[in-house]
Amino acid sequence: VAIHLKVNGVAHDVDVEPDAPLLWVIRDELNLTGTKFGCGIGACGACTVHLNGKAVRSCSVPVEAAANAEITTIEGLGGSALNPVQQAWIDHQVPQCGYCQSGMIMAVSAFLATNPAPTDEQLAAAITNICRCGTYARIREAVQSLAQPGKSPLRADSRGRGILACAPGDAPIECAQTGVSVPEGGAR
Amino acid sequence: MMTTRRKFLIGTATTAGVLIVGYGFWPSHRRERADAMDAKPGERFLASWIKLADDGTITAVIPHCDMGTGIFTVLAQMAADELDADWNKVRAETAPADPLFANGALAEGFLLDSRNMTGDSIPTFLQGAATSTFRKLAEIVKVQVTGGSSAVRMTGVYGMRVAGAAVREMLIQAAGARMNASPDAFHTEMSRVIHTSSGKSFTYGELAAEAVSYSPSSHPKLKSKNDFKLIGKPVHRLDIPSKVNGSAKYGIDTQVPNLCFAALRISPVFSGKLVSVDESPIVQNRGVKKVVKLDDAVVVVADRFWRARDAVNALQPVFDNSANGSVSSKTIRDRQNDALSNGPIKADTKTGNGAEALKNVTVIERVYNVPYLAHAPMEPVNATAIYKTDGTLEVWSGTQDGLGARHFCAKAARLKMDQVTFHLTPSGGGFGRRLPEFWNFLTYTVKTAMAMPGTPVKLVFTREQEMQHDYYRPNVTSRFRATLAQNGLPSAWVNDYTSDGTVNDDAHIFYGIPNQAYGMAKVEAHVPTGPWRSVEASWHGFFIESFVDELAHEARRDPVDFRRGLLQEKARHLATLNLAAEKSGWGTPLPAGHGRGVAITECFGTIVAHVAEVEINDAGAVKVHRFTTAVDCGYPVNPDGFRAQMQSAVVFGLSAVLFGEITIDKGAVVEENFPDYNMVHLAECPSFIGIHFHESDAPLGGAGEPGVPPVAPAVVNAIFAATGTRIRELPIKNHSLSKA
Repeated sequence: VAIHLKVNGVAHDVDVEPDAPLLWVIRDELNLTGTKFGCGIGACGACTVHLNGKAVRSCSVPVEAAANAEITTIEGLGGSALNPVQQAWIDHQVPQCGYCQSGMIMAVSAFLATNPAPTDEQLAAAITNICRCGTYARIREAVQSLAQPGKSPLRADSRGRGILACAPGDAPIECAQTGVSVPEGGAR
Repeated sequence: MMTTRRKFLIGTATTAGVLIVGYGFWPSHRRERADAMDAKPGERFLASWIKLADDGTITAVIPHCDMGTGIFTVLAQMAADELDADWNKVRAETAPADPLFANGALAEGFLLDSRNMTGDSIPTFLQGAATSTFRKLAEIVKVQVTGGSSAVRMTGVYGMRVAGAAVREMLIQAAGARMNASPDAFHTEMSRVIHTSSGKSFTYGELAAEAVSYSPSSHPKLKSKNDFKLIGKPVHRLDIPSKVNGSAKYGIDTQVPNLCFAALRISPVFSGKLVSVDESPIVQNRGVKKVVKLDDAVVVVADRFWRARDAVNALQPVFDNSANGSVSSKTIRDRQNDALSNGPIKADTKTGNGAEALKNVTVIERVYNVPYLAHAPMEPVNATAIYKTDGTLEVWSGTQDGLGARHFCAKAARLKMDQVTFHLTPSGGGFGRRLPEFWNFLTYTVKTAMAMPGTPVKLVFTREQEMQHDYYRPNVTSRFRATLAQNGLPSAWVNDYTSDGTVNDDAHIFYGIPNQAYGMAKVEAHVPTGPWRSVEASWHGFFIESFVDELAHEARRDPVDFRRGLLQEKARHLATLNLAAEKSGWGTPLPAGHGRGVAITECFGTIVAHVAEVEINDAGAVKVHRFTTAVDCGYPVNPDGFRAQMQSAVVFGLSAVLFGEITIDKGAVVEENFPDYNMVHLAECPSFIGIHFHESDAPLGGAGEPGVPPVAPAVVNAIFAATGTRIRELPIKNHSLSKA
């Protein structure tokens, strides 16, 4: 019995067991590998996707529960461009190994849709994904920049690469608002 | 691992004279082989590590893995600076896992570092020969490793900068030939060679094909620090765009036609043997292809991963655990205490009168312990392999050494190196888990693939298997004895610690204490251990900096001031400590229930001082509010990238000090997944992490690891300041705390 899925606007019929984890159907049936396996029990959030706009941990969602829903994965989040969260992640140089960041970006983008200007406490209560590289300080900073457009201290060019506008050897200054130290001149 | 490999390199180097075989820095036959292996149309190698295309694209070919620390960008940055390249034309790629791309710069770096030498100390006339010797050495030991915080300070310093500068000279030579002018008549800027007097210029792309005819120098003129244009700048990372849109491909994302998937169950008790397994419960399962029985594990191969996983979990394999089935964390700890009390203790370094200085004086004695820790990278270990019908093996995996992994797979398959292809993929975190000798995932994958010739198999550890079959940071107990002199400073420092048999250099202190002695008590256990981000320094940093804090308390001295008194001969350490103290507001009043703690350590060439500010609430919970960090790494090549590594180290260290504990019971690991092996989340991440550089003329230090060791003692010392309670056994979650 085929299960009907709609992923990033594209319809698929998949022939799998109704209780197959949505994560593995996305990865291994549909070959969309941006969604990651981290723990398999919904504890880390690496597998987060949107189900009708809500963040879910796809490793713990049986595929039948996603039938006929609008599923969005990291590949479909920005359409042909980048979602503002993805752009903020580049501007603030958030990812390190990057493995958790698909899930992190999906969780944050769904949360910001419900609360566009969260406090740090609200953000921490809502986003319980694990990042083993410890990018949390930059996640906070990136989310705050989205809540306050124009305040972003870092600027990327159109290809997502760039250089901070500052001279080498500048003493770092503390950016009280974000709690992250940025080079003097970088805030221009 | 690093110790062994490093000792081998150093040992081999004593025969360096006979290894000088007389080929130049990058002879043409090597260049042609490199082109055949790794150059795309319109592209060619000009020197080791650097390709230049007709359109001017410069590709740094990196003999390391990308596990998230940003080294691909930083190494490209170092080459590009010497090249005077237009940064927008610079790319980075992973080097092929081939002896041709063995990392001679790393061999050179380890060797010189071990002798406290730098590249400048090799006489010019020997540099070409030395370079080829180091490369030969790297080939012999098959080294492409990423570890020891070595990429920038070794590959970057001895490889990338030199190669970039050599290519720049070749491009100038090509321009000189075109204009029949001396190389002195040219300068370079933004990927152009410019004839200084006429202003006529050539792009690097248009000179590329001609530049190949010149030999890269082994000792090109390098820039002085004042001339850097990219080094020292917070250049954006090249890999990040691919890590925000799902397009980055990790090992687990490997896709090949007709791929099958494998899941396994390893004997829960390490080194237990598989006795039997009844396959009947799963043989009818949809998609199940094969059950593979290995020495200590059972593997199920299926057409989809979840089917393989569910099938292997439905089995009831019988393992023989008789050898180690009664070992527990407690029995291991008892053996450690026994060894420290009753010996034998192997004497290590001694200064002054050593332990003799403790006779007939008041001795302060303390004992500390750290538990086993898992690495828990976010991407569980995995590999994909196909054993082809022509007898060759092809493997894809994220490891911390591509060339070493290829050699390892060949050995596991009993094949020759040239029968094995290894594709090194980016890793979703490493932290030491993927270093050479810790490759159980490669062994299981290769053996499974060999059992199914012609079928490509992707074997993925579940989180539970990853957590229970890691190579853990060791459980270590350390005992200190010291005495204070009339001036309140310690006059003797005696430290005995447990170890699996290796003497730990990172136990040695940099403080000025006249009488020191160190001893190692060998305690073996069946639990596999391995390097964990910052290795020995991660535990000795906690021990030493806790005990120093206790001595300061005994001496009724401020912890920062006490350390200053011991660092009078260590200008860089003192400056780093003072910077952290100043920036943290050390000594200024704090709210009730808050406390500050300081710690300073040095490893992998970098000094890091942290000041942690913690709060103990009415319920006894610890909240870490602020981290102020001071660093002396010489200077940061990419300050923003270096900051990211320090932020990362703080969170990594905090997870360990607050929650980290792998418990052994009945010979096996108790913890299974993230809820019981807990991690710092956004909610527990300090609201402030401020990072400050003390720039010095010291050789460049590492970035990935040195921020970790001082995290635990800074937090524990802060808890003491806030509560008066001294935690000597980690993690903190096992202690009940209350406000002072």
